[in-house]
Amino acid sequence: MDAEAPILEVRDLSVSFRSQGRDVPIVENVSFAVGAREILGIVGESGSGKSVTAMTIMGLIDAPGVRVTGSALFRGQELIGMPQKALRRLRGRKIAMIFQDPMTAFTPVYTIGWQIDEQIRAHEKLGKAEARSRTVRLLGDMGVPDPERTANRYPHQLSGGLRQRAMIAMALSCNPALLIADEPTTALDVTVQAQILDLIRTLRADYGSSVLLITHDMGVVAETCDRVMVLYSGRIAERGPCDAIFAHPGHPYTAALLDSIPPLTGPRPERLPSIAGAPPPPLERPVGCAFAPRCHFTHDTCHALPPLQRYGQQDIACVLPKEGRPMPPRVTEYAQ
Amino acid sequence: MNARPLLQAEHLRKEYKLPRGQTLRALDDVSLTVMQGETLGLVGESGCGKSTLGRCLLRLTDLSSGDIVFEGRNISALSERALRPIRRRMQMVFQDSYASLNPRRRIGDLIAEPLRVHPDNEGRKRSAADITARLDELMSLVGLPQSALARYPHEFSGGQRQRINIARALALSPQMVVADEPVSALDVSIQAQIVNLFTDLRERLGLTYVFIAHDLAVVRQISTRVAVMYLGAIVEIGDSDTVLHNPAHPYTAALISAVPEPVIRHDPQRSLLRGDVPSPVSPPSGCRFHTRCPQAQSRCSAETPELRDFGDARQAACHFPLGLSA
Repeated sequence: MDAEAPILEVRDLSVSFRSQGRDVPIVENVSFAVGAREILGIVGESGSGKSVTAMTIMGLIDAPGVRVTGSALFRGQELIGMPQKALRRLRGRKIAMIFQDPMTAFTPVYTIGWQIDEQIRAHEKLGKAEARSRTVRLLGDMGVPDPERTANRYPHQLSGGLRQRAMIAMALSCNPALLIADEPTTALDVTVQAQILDLIRTLRADYGSSVLLITHDMGVVAETCDRVMVLYSGRIAERGPCDAIFAHPGHPYTAALLDSIPPLTGPRPERLPSIAGAPPPPLERPVGCAFAPRCHFTHDTCHALPPLQRYGQQDIACVLPKEGRPMPPRVTEYAQ
Repeated sequence: MNARPLLQAEHLRKEYKLPRGQTLRALDDVSLTVMQGETLGLVGESGCGKSTLGRCLLRLTDLSSGDIVFEGRNISALSERALRPIRRRMQMVFQDSYASLNPRRRIGDLIAEPLRVHPDNEGRKRSAADITARLDELMSLVGLPQSALARYPHEFSGGQRQRINIARALALSPQMVVADEPVSALDVSIQAQIVNLFTDLRERLGLTYVFIAHDLAVVRQISTRVAVMYLGAIVEIGDSDTVLHNPAHPYTAALISAVPEPVIRHDPQRSLLRGDVPSPVSPPSGCRFHTRCPQAQSRCSAETPELRDFGDARQAACHFPLGLSA
């Protein structure tokens, strides 16, 4: 794809928690890379392991009994097992993270400006006035109206959209190479979501950042990401460029997920194609394909864990393409 | 469809008094009619008043002024006691399926409660056997096993809990159900199951829905008509295909254009709205949308547009409607 080395390269990442004397596998053998200036989407339903994957990379999971194996190289530097002190130098400065709820990510007792200044001064030797002028510039860049005054406001005085802009400003304050955004627009209204997604798309041009965007919304992926990784029950179902996957989903789960979204245009289906049942809890995850119990195409070979294999531009964890019965291209009613 | 109005709301207002003499107008002169057997979708961004309207229609929240006529009877001033027999004709399903269910009671108990409180159609107290039979019926109606009745809310997934909430809402065979964001907390694959369940139940039981949601695609899937709200007022209302395919109000158009669709477009064309929804405490003058409207002209900040008929089963409140001659 590109000649540049990836910013982040994750290999065989597995995370398990110890509970009631048993190891509960949350994430199993997840591998992916984020290229320079690339937006990679991780998409999955609740419990698919998408947030745990991001938190693990950031070194934010240190619950007792957690076991992390595998590797996550950030510009060649191993993040897994890195001492907290070294991680702290990296976090906020080289890798920044934004969360779904900016209300809980900011402390309510200090102004937005104070908190962004502090973040800048924690990583760089800058005076108060210099830090503030950068804060104000960043807020302005993020489309915050009247940034000087807004900097002196407390989180609760701002709307959800402005809070999220302020959080992105804070995340970008040290010009990180990688921005991890965990459901950054889920709590926002659609008109504001559209503005924030627009902003995230411009980051790579203006700040040269790569973005790891975690979301449950296939629409957000289609509009924002270059490549996507679909997780199901802690495992990769499919991964590849968005163009290819949205035109021709290779895994039955991806196809079913796309089908179950009601269309906004074109004829209305009588009933929505839904996926029966629910994803298995980690302890009841089948040894073979985790989607098999809900899949229309289940047969004997699905009892063994299907390896992730390359077909065209996509990597698919399903036996169907190998058996010469790939999923048909997606038929959409969406008018162009 | 037999066009008989089930519920008529006229000039509903709901105001909240705030400190320092300020007033928040959650509903500002909202009128609408819900026809027997239809599904009216209410859409809009947070704070637009859609949930308040839903609650006011059922008298769960008291109105500041306005009239609600349900099944030919004005219920807007009825006392709680007089409302009781009417309550079983109109029920509600909420977004948070967990908060809606008492965690310490079994599902069977939770669903039986309305059956114990309300007498049957002959005005008699229901017998234990009648209640048990009805519980079994309700379980199969919403696609849950009988064994669910003996279990507690936490033992179910979000989708199953929403089925339980629906079963409880249907226990007394209501005419109308107001569902406030019933699928927005669910994963997409589960959301489709519940949307289908709402559709099936409407067909089987002849229900009328007021379906409140912020997700336009979900609303389009289930609704026959749609009302779009902005800052406490309806800006456009009509047949859902008409409103969502050929919006007349610029706000409706902007809302539709902001929805991220799961298709790759290389030339995304959309009209991004600037800024946030203004505070309902001090809404803009004239047309409330004029501060964010790409089409706004001087008249829009001076004169409040009324909902006008456009002869295509749709009304919109705009001085310069899109694609329609004014």
